[in-house]
Amino acid sequence: MANDSVGRTFGVALGVCLVCSVLVSAAAVSLRPTQAVNKTLDKKRNILMAAGLLKSGEVASGERIDELYQNINTRVVDLATGEYVDGVDPIAYDQRRAAKDPAQSELVPADVDIANVKRRALHASVYLVSQKGKIKKVILPVHGLGLWSTLYGFVALDARDLNTVRGLVYYEHAETPGLGGEVDNPSWKALWDGKKAFDESGAVRIEVIRGKVVQGRPETQYQVDGLSGATITSRGVRDMLRYWLGAEAFGPYLAKLKERGVS
Amino acid sequence: MADKPRDVLFRPLFDSNPIALLSLGICSALAVTTKLETTVTMCLAVIFVLCCSNMAVSLIRNFIPANIRIIVQMTIIASLVIIVDQFLRAYAFDISKQLSVFVGLIITNCIIMGRAEAFASQNGPGLSFLDGLGNALGYSVILLVVGILRELFGSGSLFGVPMFALAAEGGWYAPNGLMLLPPSAFFIIGLFIWALRSWKSDQVEEE
Repeated sequence: MANDSVGRTFGVALGVCLVCSVLVSAAAVSLRPTQAVNKTLDKKRNILMAAGLLKSGEVASGERIDELYQNINTRVVDLATGEYVDGVDPIAYDQRRAAKDPAQSELVPADVDIANVKRRALHASVYLVSQKGKIKKVILPVHGLGLWSTLYGFVALDARDLNTVRGLVYYEHAETPGLGGEVDNPSWKALWDGKKAFDESGAVRIEVIRGKVVQGRPETQYQVDGLSGATITSRGVRDMLRYWLGAEAFGPYLAKLKERGVS
Repeated sequence: MADKPRDVLFRPLFDSNPIALLSLGICSALAVTTKLETTVTMCLAVIFVLCCSNMAVSLIRNFIPANIRIIVQMTIIASLVIIVDQFLRAYAFDISKQLSVFVGLIITNCIIMGRAEAFASQNGPGLSFLDGLGNALGYSVILLVVGILRELFGSGSLFGVPMFALAAEGGWYAPNGLMLLPPSAFFIIGLFIWALRSWKSDQVEEE
């Protein structure tokens, strides 16, 4: 059959590839701006949720999110010294892209890398939430390995003591729906509010335990119920909080804030 | 081969349902049916991809060399799936986040490849379109049944709207956690096939 000749085979293969690639790239290029807007809005929505300015599951328009977002001041912090970095546009700074750039990131030594971060940006974005002109909460980005994926999220600390957790949300992960994916469950997220991250000595004590937390014990204030059927995801959540709140990551910054007040 | 357009469109709904009779495409039926919202999105995506891929394969069926036909079909299907994925990311961001990898996995859904190979490569574009639509609807029927049962009994809601008052919020219904796990979809599909074969006994295989 003429269809099976070498020339015909190449011709058809080339034709199909051309048409398909044009269609795919047309869709990808023309939709990219809309997708980028979605991504930014999604990140802002999650910061607002961690800040408690937006209830989880609440549907909010783009304008409403931008309006609420005016209460949030974005700063860039040098993780090693804990000082704010000037000369970097905090809105444009992309910590996740920086973590992939060898010039803007560093390897995390294996012995302290409990959260499996591997490479970390030198600078981190932090978000200061104010209400009526006073800073109420400090939101820090955290990430670390769960079971299948790296979970990206935000933890909010009360600005008064920099110890009380005010919220934990994840905006990107690929954990098993119904098991590890329950990190998105509003009733589980609500358990974090009011927990203490550090003990008197300043060590990070917050943890996700197996099963339910027993009320009324001294350690209750540091403990959150585990996600049933998701031991490894729960452990990942605990380890990433211990890493990012600890001396290796945001420790110097939090110490500076305590020393001279949150600003 | 059934050549009447009516048969081509409606036969795959119950008489030769791709999931119930041919046992194709079960994988995604397990993965995306915990909530109706994702189920419906998945159904629409499969309807679009299956109709378009059947049409496209049928249009060029007389030009495709037999030795590379599978690759050509795969390329067409994969391109369509990427386009669907891009659209979901732009216009239904939340749902696309929940469906995550499963939109991409439509590429490997056996129904689509199977219909391109078994029907579209031998029939005209019009009939192939109807065949794609019929099979996608047959797939959707099962997904919707499974999705409704799983969300209703697993979370006590439909489309996220509470139907049963949950025990955790002071109501009477304790959600069945098994319904949210993949095995429950197996049970429901099994029961569906049982019901279907009791109704249409000619589908029962001979011992």
